[in-house]
Amino acid sequence: MLTFLARRIVTGAVMVFAISVLTFTLLYSTGGNAARRILGDFASEEAVALRTQELGLDRSLPEQYFDWLTSALTGDLGSSWFRAVQVNEELGRRLTATLSLVAVSLLFSVIIAMFVGVLAAVRRGTWIDRVIQTTSLGAAAIPGFLWAIALVMLFALNLRWFPATGFVRPTDSIGGWIHSITLPVIALVIGGVASSAQQIRGAMINVVNQDYVRTLRSRGLSPRSVIFKHSLRNAAGPGLAVIALQFVGMLGGAVIVENLFNIPGLGSLSANASIQGDVPILMGIVVIIAIIVVVVNLLLDIAQGWLNPKVRVS
Amino acid sequence: MSKQNNAPPTALKRLLRDPQAIVVISILVILGLAIIIGPLLSQFDPARTDLGSALAPMGENGHILGADSAGRDILTRLLFGGRNSILGALLAVSVAVGIGTTSGLIAGYFGKWFDTLSNNAASLLQAVPGMVILLAARSVIGPSMWWMMAIFGVLLSAGTFRLVRSTVHSVRNELYVDAARVSGLTDWRIIFKHVLRVVRGPVLIQAGFLMMIGLAIQAGIEILGLGDPGMISWGGMLSDAFARILVAPQLMLWPSVMLATFCLCLTLLANSLRDALDGTQRTSPATIRKVNREIRAEMAAEAAFYADNPIMMGEDELLHIEALKVGYAAPDGSITEIIHGIDLQVNRGEVVGLIGESGSGKTQTAFAAMRLLSEGGSILSGRVVWKGRDLSTVSEAEMSTIRGTEIAYIPQEPMSNLDPSFTIGYQLMEPMRHHLRISKKEARARALDLLRRVEITDPERVFKSYPHQVSGGMAQRVLIAASISCEPDLLIADEPTTALDVTVQAEILDLLRKVQAETGVGILMVTHNFGIVADLCDRVAVMQLGEIVERGDTVTMFKTHDHPYTKQLFSAILDPEEIREPYVAPSGAPSPAAASLVDTSLVEEAEGRLETKTVSKGASA
Repeated sequence: MLTFLARRIVTGAVMVFAISVLTFTLLYSTGGNAARRILGDFASEEAVALRTQELGLDRSLPEQYFDWLTSALTGDLGSSWFRAVQVNEELGRRLTATLSLVAVSLLFSVIIAMFVGVLAAVRRGTWIDRVIQTTSLGAAAIPGFLWAIALVMLFALNLRWFPATGFVRPTDSIGGWIHSITLPVIALVIGGVASSAQQIRGAMINVVNQDYVRTLRSRGLSPRSVIFKHSLRNAAGPGLAVIALQFVGMLGGAVIVENLFNIPGLGSLSANASIQGDVPILMGIVVIIAIIVVVVNLLLDIAQGWLNPKVRVS
Repeated sequence: MSKQNNAPPTALKRLLRDPQAIVVISILVILGLAIIIGPLLSQFDPARTDLGSALAPMGENGHILGADSAGRDILTRLLFGGRNSILGALLAVSVAVGIGTTSGLIAGYFGKWFDTLSNNAASLLQAVPGMVILLAARSVIGPSMWWMMAIFGVLLSAGTFRLVRSTVHSVRNELYVDAARVSGLTDWRIIFKHVLRVVRGPVLIQAGFLMMIGLAIQAGIEILGLGDPGMISWGGMLSDAFARILVAPQLMLWPSVMLATFCLCLTLLANSLRDALDGTQRTSPATIRKVNREIRAEMAAEAAFYADNPIMMGEDELLHIEALKVGYAAPDGSITEIIHGIDLQVNRGEVVGLIGESGSGKTQTAFAAMRLLSEGGSILSGRVVWKGRDLSTVSEAEMSTIRGTEIAYIPQEPMSNLDPSFTIGYQLMEPMRHHLRISKKEARARALDLLRRVEITDPERVFKSYPHQVSGGMAQRVLIAASISCEPDLLIADEPTTALDVTVQAEILDLLRKVQAETGVGILMVTHNFGIVADLCDRVAVMQLGEIVERGDTVTMFKTHDHPYTKQLFSAILDPEEIREPYVAPSGAPSPAAASLVDTSLVEEAEGRLETKTVSKGASA
C-alpha cells in the first residue's frame, strides 16, 4: 500500500510538472508580442522593448521557465500583466467559489447517480429502469449550458425563486450562499448524474451477473445483503473511476456555468484572462487545476486501493 | 480468415431495421440537407442588419422564424451558422479520430516504448479540463474557431487512443491474428486487414459522441464570448440571445432547438449503432419480464392440477423432480426450451450422478432445482418437490430459507465463486449468522472448525485471507466448507473438480466422499466424467440435449448400458492401467490421493471404487 501510494504521488508530481512545461511553452512562445498587446498599438517601440525587458520576455524560454518554476515552488506565481494583482492571491480568492460549486455539485451528482444507477440495475427491465435510462440519455445529450440557460429562464426570470447571477460567499452568509449556488449546482448536477448513472448501472449489472453472486444467493442470504453489501461493495471500484472522470468534467463545465451565472470563480477568471491575453493568470489557473485534479485522483486512488483487497493486503 | 460470411444480417442491415435509428437518421439527413442547400436558396443575407425588422415575430416581413435584435433573418442565420458549427465539430472529430486511431493502433499492436509514451501523453491530455486548455490556447492563437476546434480534437484524441488501444489489445492475441502472423502476413497487412476491421465499429460509435461534444464545446466557447465575432454559428446566436435574455428571451429558442436536436440525434444514433454492431442479440430485460409473466400464469394454472395430484414421496426421498422443463426467453419474446421434461430423484444420504457433455442441460437442471437460473431462464412446467413443497412455485422469500440450510450448492470454478472483497472468514460466517442466528464469536468458532473439517492445515490464516490469497484447490475446500456450514440435507455439486489441477481433483473428491460419509448428506453430482460417477455415485442419470436418456444404479450401468450416447461417454474413458487402492477412512493422515501419482482420467480410481462398491453391495445383500 505504501509503495503504491509513493508511486502515485511521484506520478502525480511528474504529471503536474509536464503540464506546466507544456503550458508554459504554449503560453510564452509568443514572447515579444505580449508587451505590444499590453501597452496597445500607440505605445512607442522603446516602451514596448522596455516592457518586454521588465517582464523578462526577452530571455530564452528555458530561462523564463526556470524562473517561473523556482518562484512557483515558493508559492509565487507572478503578477497579472494587466492588473496590479498577484496571481496566487487572485487565484486564492477565486478558488473558493469554484471549489465550493464543484464540490457541492459532485457530492450531489454522486449521491443521486449512485441511487438512480443502482435502482435501475436492481429493477432492470421495469418501467423505472426504462424511465431512468431514457431520461439520463436525453439529459446527457443536451449540452450543460442549455440546461443552465433553461434554469435561468424558468427559476430566475419567470418564477424569481433564485437570483439569475451573483455569488454570496459562504463566510458572509450560509443562506445567501446556498441561494446563490442552487441554480448553478443544479445545472452541473443534471449533466453529472446523466452521464454517470448509466455507468454505475452498468457496473452494478456487471457485478450482479458474476458467479459469486449466484453462489451467495445459493446460501440463502437476503437479497438486501447480496445487493447492498456484496454487489455494491464490488461495484464501488468502477464507481470511483466514474467519479474521477466526473470531477474533471465538472471543472470544465464550471467554466461555462460560472460565466452564465456571473460567479467570480476560476472559470470566469480564465475566460477574461483568455480574452485579454493575461498569460501569468492563465498559467496559474492551468497549474492550479492540474494540481487539484492530481490530488483528487490521488485521493480516489487511495480509496480505490482501500476498497480493493488485492492492493490493500500486500 | 474467420470471416463471418454466413452471419445472418450485417450491422448495417440491423441498424436499418431499428425504427429509432431510421427516425434519427432521417432527421439528421433532413437537417443536414437544409444546412447545405438552405443558404443557397435563402433570400436574406445572414449578416445584413435591418433595424426595421428588429425582433420581428415569426412570419413577419418574410422572416419565417422571425428576426433577431438587429433585424437579421433567424432562419438564414440558423442555416449558415449550422454549417460552421457542424464543420467545426467535424474538424475536431477528424483530428481526434485521426490521431487517436493511428496512435492507438501502433501502441496497441506494437507496444514497446511507443505504448508507454503515448499512454502517458494521453493521461496528460486528460488531466486538465479541455475547456481550460482551450481558453489558454485562445489567448495565444486568437479567436479562430478552426484552430480552437483542431486543438480540441487533439485533446479529444486521448479518448479515441485509449479505446483503440484496448480494442487492439483484446484482438492482438486472437487465434486468427496469430494465424495470419504465422502464415507470413506483414504486420501492416494484418493491421489493415484484421485489426482495423475490429476497431472500426467502436471508433464510429465514439465519433458520434465526440461530434456531440464538439458541437457543445464550440457553442460553449461562443457563449463565453471567446468566439470569432465575424463568424455566424449556433453558439454565437445563443451568445447574442443570452445577452438580451431580459429583452427578447424568444431568441434563445431556435439555436437551442437546433443544437439540442443535433446532439440528441447523434447520441441516439451512436446508441443504435452500438446495438447494431453488438449483434449478439441479447434478450432485453423488458422482454424477459414479459415472458416471465406469461410463464408464471401458466405455472399457476399447472399448480392447481398438481395440488390435486400430490406426489407420494417415499420416506427417504428428498428431492423429486418431475417432468421439469426449463427455457430461456429469446430476443423475439419466444421461449427456447433447453430441458424437455426430465424426472430425477435423490434420496436421503444418496449420491446421484447427473452426467452429460457440456450443453446437455445438466448444470441448468441443477440451477433450476435451486431456482438460481441465469437472467431470462425459468422453469416452464413440471415440479421440483422438496420435502413435500413444490419449489417451482414457492415465493423467493421462502426459497431463500431453503437455500443454504436445506439445499446447498458447490460451484464449478472456485476462484470466481468467492466474493473478492470479503475475507473467507466473513463469507463463511455470514450465512451461519443469518440462518442459525448465532453470535459472531460462535460463528467464528464454527467457521474455523469447518475449515479444519475440509482439511485446511492453517485455518486461522485462511479465515483471515481474501480469496485472491489462496489457491484454487484451497478455494474449493472453502466453498465445500461453506456449503455444509448450515447442515443441509442435499448438496448440489456442479462439476466441483473440473476447474482444478489433476492432483487437486483427487483430493477434492476424497474430501467430498469424506464429508458425505460424515454428515450423511445427499449429493446431486453434476459431472461429465464417468470416473467421478464410479467414484462417488450410487445412481446415475445420463443426460443428452436436455433429456435423460438412461438411468440406473452405478454398478449396473457400468456393466450394461444400452443407449448409444451412454456407450459413447463410456468409450471416452481411457483404459485403466493400474488399480488404485480403495478409499480408507481417515486416520489423521493426509489423503492417499495426495501422495499417490494420480492419473488424468480418474479411471483407476473409478474402477477401484467400483470394486469396493460391488463388494460392499454383495456383502450387504
